[in-house]
Amino acid sequence: MVVRPPPSFQPESAAMARITLRVNGRTQTIEAEPQMPLLWALRDLMNLTGTKYGCGIAQCGACTVLLGGKPVRSCTTALSAVRDAEVVTIEGLSSDGTHALQQAWIAEEVPQCGYCQAGQLMTAAALLAQNQKPTDADIDRAMAGNICRCGTYDRLRKAIHRAAEVAK
Amino acid sequence: MSTHHDLDRRDFIKVRAAAGGGLLLAAYVPFKNGAFESAAPFQPNAFIAIDPDDSITIWLARSDMGQGVRTSLPMVVADELDAEWSRVRVVQADAHPTKYGRMMTVGSNSVRGGSWTPLRQAGATARAMLIAAAATRWNVNASELRTQNSRVIHSASNRSLSYGELAEAAAALPMPAQVPLKQRSQFRLIGTRLPLIDTKDKVMGKAKFGADMRVPGMLFATVVHSPVFGGSVGSFDDSAARRVPGVRDVKQIPTGIAVIAENTWAAFQGAKALRITWNNGAFAMNSADITASFVRLADSGTAAVARNDGDARGAIQQSAKRVSATYEMPYLAHATMEPMNCTADVRADRCEVWAPTQNPQSVQSTAARISGVPAENVTVHVTYLGCGWGRKSRQDFIEDAVHTSKAVGAPVQLVWTREEDMQHDFYRPATYNRFEGGLDANGRLTGLTVRIVAPPIGGGDGVDGSTVSGISSARYAFPNFLVEAVRSNVPVPVGQWRSVGPSQNTFILECFIDELAHAAGKDPIAFRQAMLSDQPRLRRVLELVAEKSGWRSPVPDGRARGVAIVEDRGGFVAQVAEVSFNNSQVRVHRVTCAADCGQLIHPGIVEAQISGSIIAGMAAALHGEITITNGRVVQSNFNDYKMLRMSEAPIIDVHLIDSAQEPGGVGEPALPPAAPAIANALFALTGKRIRKLPIKPEMFTADQSS
Repeated sequence: MVVRPPPSFQPESAAMARITLRVNGRTQTIEAEPQMPLLWALRDLMNLTGTKYGCGIAQCGACTVLLGGKPVRSCTTALSAVRDAEVVTIEGLSSDGTHALQQAWIAEEVPQCGYCQAGQLMTAAALLAQNQKPTDADIDRAMAGNICRCGTYDRLRKAIHRAAEVAK
Repeated sequence: MSTHHDLDRRDFIKVRAAAGGGLLLAAYVPFKNGAFESAAPFQPNAFIAIDPDDSITIWLARSDMGQGVRTSLPMVVADELDAEWSRVRVVQADAHPTKYGRMMTVGSNSVRGGSWTPLRQAGATARAMLIAAAATRWNVNASELRTQNSRVIHSASNRSLSYGELAEAAAALPMPAQVPLKQRSQFRLIGTRLPLIDTKDKVMGKAKFGADMRVPGMLFATVVHSPVFGGSVGSFDDSAARRVPGVRDVKQIPTGIAVIAENTWAAFQGAKALRITWNNGAFAMNSADITASFVRLADSGTAAVARNDGDARGAIQQSAKRVSATYEMPYLAHATMEPMNCTADVRADRCEVWAPTQNPQSVQSTAARISGVPAENVTVHVTYLGCGWGRKSRQDFIEDAVHTSKAVGAPVQLVWTREEDMQHDFYRPATYNRFEGGLDANGRLTGLTVRIVAPPIGGGDGVDGSTVSGISSARYAFPNFLVEAVRSNVPVPVGQWRSVGPSQNTFILECFIDELAHAAGKDPIAFRQAMLSDQPRLRRVLELVAEKSGWRSPVPDGRARGVAIVEDRGGFVAQVAEVSFNNSQVRVHRVTCAADCGQLIHPGIVEAQISGSIIAGMAAALHGEITITNGRVVQSNFNDYKMLRMSEAPIIDVHLIDSAQEPGGVGEPALPPAAPAIANALFALTGKRIRKLPIKPEMFTADQSS
């Protein structure tokens, strides 16, 4: 016999609020609970479905977005923690797929199924923003939080190097 | 990717290849609502539409889960058609019971088994009819005409017409009974590295996976299932769940309890707030009990014979040297990046489903059965799939969505939590395997026996194919060979896991072959080559991998190499892994792979599939293990069911044979050799045999005979 959930769970404490977010250069106000993870606000309230749900516990990186330029796991980032920081999702990386990383991804044919790639790209974008010429070790360290079940790792590395070359 | 609904309502020709190799071409007129009317009820497995504006539509009737068929299958059609590739667009086919033949995408079967010849015939037939239309128009002999980039050309008179200009006339012509297919030297697209047609959508976040579907009025849902296999809901209290903001409803459905909400997160929160008392049922085993039950079955003496060449037991008895070993394999979860999900809209008279499915035809019948809507009124759209691995050929998540939509009377998007996904899989079977082999005085194998205990994936009695595949089908010329299988009835759900039988049987066989080579004092590659005299393709990839891996040259200090091979689904693969072991850490530095997958449609896709398969095999070797406690899965997410990460990824060096043979499997055959190549390398390095996966550091310190 199993009884769920832990007794500490108190849904009654939740309350809706009007929350204003800056996402991909646009300001939007949504009605949501402050503890709702950014991931679900993006996907289900703002219809920005490029950011993916993979694990919900910041283990796989599929939900990675930039928050104030830093890569964060949107599945565990509460809306209350976003405040007025700029959010950039895959839809905001470029309007037309011309970001150096997107072009490198295309040139190296990185994606297989493609599900994790938005998260991979956003993590790589944060890496290149602070390290213009990453080594393999730098890349491995920065990308270690992003799982790719298809195993595109070798092409991910190549594409990040390629984008770094182009951006120089 | 656009859908067929935006096609212009103009006449066009459509070529469809009938099951059994016959072909039929007919004129098709779209219905006013944009759907196509079929002129005859035959069983095609591909079709083409050519519009007067020269655009060419190719329907994709297989699921793309990252293996590239959205590009490679249309390439096959377009090559024979001599189509202008830039004008080809690909439309994912909705499920249909017969129109496309078999739509299930499993077993590395999209190209090699299902589509290669029929798709070529479809393209070639359309091309022949366009030529015939031009010949009539110009009153010349068809043999004077050639085709290039969607044009029929009459060089003698310097005239040409586009396919679009000829489409209507071609549609009125009788279909030729037989059309010649191109010689390999005539391929223009097949064998080239065309840009994949969906890469840009994938890097822009535009590719629509299952849970990216948005249907007007749609609610979001998740389902909680019995944590114990075979258990059921006893009673539940949903009062806390209903107080979660955004939760609309809670429904008990036959598969569990559905929480329906305004967004996915509210549904997940509501599911956490459910207080459920489960009837756990009879299954309460732990992993140790399961292993013990396997051992009892292995000892029981009753086994079904899968292969019996000569007298293996007798030969081993008389051998100069006998080697025996026991291998254990764990349950594995598929853990596709995209958790199970499905969007369903059940109405009184129709049902529409959007699913990341490998098996749309079964989805159609599943949805019809549950909704009560006749199958012909059930529309199934196949979305992008975030990995498949065999998991998405199953119907359980489809059932959840259709039950839930039916229960609430609204379109519902069901998404499983990762935890539900991990704990309600159809796992790769755990197995228990006993080998014995004999060697003569010259170190040659005299006989080999193996008894495999496993829960079967298939039903029925006797030998379960997936239990023995990869071993009973081994390409080695073993002089005396006995393969036995014993069925376990442990009720942990099991299913096809990328490369299925060979994914585990290659590990145990190739490791034991390595044990025999060592006992014989032979080089592992030479020992294998000696048993492959009638297997030129395996010999060739083995020789190539020896050369490219530097097998016969010294290994860098602190490292060692190991080898493994397989023939799986028409793919012939040899791999050498180069490993080290320091500070309790196994490190795979490099994997060299030589593969002969027959005719390559797109070498870039093949290389990607092979390197991805190696990563998948490594993840299983180093991390993969599902354990059972009190009848339920212990692991729940990527924190305790670990994937391979970039920092662990080796250099992967793939060498493809330029082969004129029929296309072989690509998505699976390179997975099986990775784990045994690593384990064999670790033996060469440490003297410790790995006879149980996953590889754990303590295996190298524990007292273990080698």
